[in-house]
Amino acid sequence: MKLHLKIWRQKTSTATGSYETHTVEADEHMSFLEMLDVLNEQLISEKKDPVAFEHDCREGICGACSMVIDGRPHGPQNGTTTCQLHMRAYKENDTITIEPFRVGAFPVVKDLVVERSSFDRIIQAGGYVSVNTGQAQDANATPIEGGIAAEAFDAATCIGCGACAAACPNGSAMLFTSAKVNHLAKLPQGQVEHKKRVQSMVAQMDKEGFGFCSNVKACEVECPKEISTENIAALNRAYISSMFTTSD
Amino acid sequence: MKWFINFLTSSIGKKLVMSLTGLFLITFLITHLIGNLQLLYNDGGESFNKYAKFMTSNPLIKMISYGLYFFIILHTVQGLMLWFVNKSKKGTTYAVKTKDNATWAANNMALLGTLVLFFLFIHMGDFWLKMKMDKLDMVTYDGGEAIKDLYARVNMAFKELWIVISYLIGLVALGFHLSHGFSSAFQTLGLRHKKYTPLINGLGLAYSILVPLAFAIIPLYIYFKN
Ligand code: HEM
Ligand code: SF4
Ligand code: FES
Repeated sequence: MKLHLKIWRQKTSTATGSYETHTVEADEHMSFLEMLDVLNEQLISEKKDPVAFEHDCREGICGACSMVIDGRPHGPQNGTTTCQLHMRAYKENDTITIEPFRVGAFPVVKDLVVERSSFDRIIQAGGYVSVNTGQAQDANATPIEGGIAAEAFDAATCIGCGACAAACPNGSAMLFTSAKVNHLAKLPQGQVEHKKRVQSMVAQMDKEGFGFCSNVKACEVECPKEISTENIAALNRAYISSMFTTSD
Repeated sequence: MKWFINFLTSSIGKKLVMSLTGLFLITFLITHLIGNLQLLYNDGGESFNKYAKFMTSNPLIKMISYGLYFFIILHTVQGLMLWFVNKSKKGTTYAVKTKDNATWAANNMALLGTLVLFFLFIHMGDFWLKMKMDKLDMVTYDGGEAIKDLYARVNMAFKELWIVISYLIGLVALGFHLSHGFSSAFQTLGLRHKKYTPLINGLGLAYSILVPLAFAIIPLYIYFKN
């Protein structure tokens, strides 16, 4: 199938970018990233600069494949990443517009690649447990209500892809941060550091320059793991109550 | 004290201020509405004017009204500031506009709030300011003390079509503002659960339709009565 691509090209983070159009010959079994591989081979054979895009696992678990396809992070399908989008979602002669995530705190590095280390620093600020939680059987020996365990697991499926911030009209990272707080907050192992974790992760999120959450809820629609904004409410609740209950 | 300032100036703290001031205004509007419905009585304004006199002289209510002025200003200034900062945090918008995932109201809270603000200027200028500056006629009922005739002033104002129309615009904007704002305020507070959130959303929808509608009856009734 013949496709027309309108792709954002930007040489460096400070250069001004613009759209370039290309035509590729893809087949419907290709993933979106494989279609971009075809384009890049074509560009290389023409001695042109290939389009920079991020990818790693190509199976929807690493969160690397960030790009906005026709105005939607990770493309037109709900609940999937770009690497899980297949060309059968398109028709012959379709025009596809591809651009990088647009978030103030994710500056463009090159073409479709954005710098998401702000997310890493939010995790570093407290998205871990420092108590020894033992081996797998120790986790199984700790009784946790089924429904709560499922909610913790849902929050834990966040792959840190950044689609939430990319979809947000305010460039806010609340869905990501709330998922990273809640998968630990729901479990006994996460309790000891819970309040401090909430405070330091929110403080880091603010420092990185993400916007304020207006409860627009565009994020949960675009999240490839369908993380719910219930997590944001839980983060708000935890943050507010932690302020009145921590020792300093 | 430092912790408190850090708290209120954090991203969540700023939203908490919006939520609490918003909920205060929501509560105020209910009492304001109940009082103002007395404008519909055909008693020459006796009950309404006596109510207005009570509301402007009772010390407790006076204190609450200072709180109200402060919260309106805080909500407005903070809301516009959040909107302004948020715009800069997004960077560029996308080349392709998609079917919006969010409601129109959620995306336009600052615009809707500003329309409400313009309405408030007209509203306060017409009644509150004239009352404060003693620009109103006096009236007595059954030989009692002379009180300000706010009722007559209201009736005069609502003879003007442009005032009635600006009220309707302000009230529609308020309805949309609250169609998002009411439930959003609870989400900001962290009050969300499968068990009760549907109730909050339902109340929010009912409030944002019924309260502006009931307010709108007053200017419409007076305009068509004359
Ligand atoms: C009587 C009038 C008003 C009422 C009852 C009201 C109520 C509310 C409520 C309940 C919220 C939701 C808070 C939250 O999301 O936690 C809100 C948000 C907001 N209000 Fe108002 N409001 C009023 C007037 C105004 C005015 C005059 C402005 C100023 C221009 C304004 C600007 C905003 C903005 C920008 C937001 C969104 C804040 C955000 O989520 O980032 N509002 N309002
Ligand atoms: S919450 Fe969803 S959209 Fe946001 S980073 Fe995690 S997986 Fe990606
Ligand atoms: S490449 Fe890993 S999620 Fe797409």
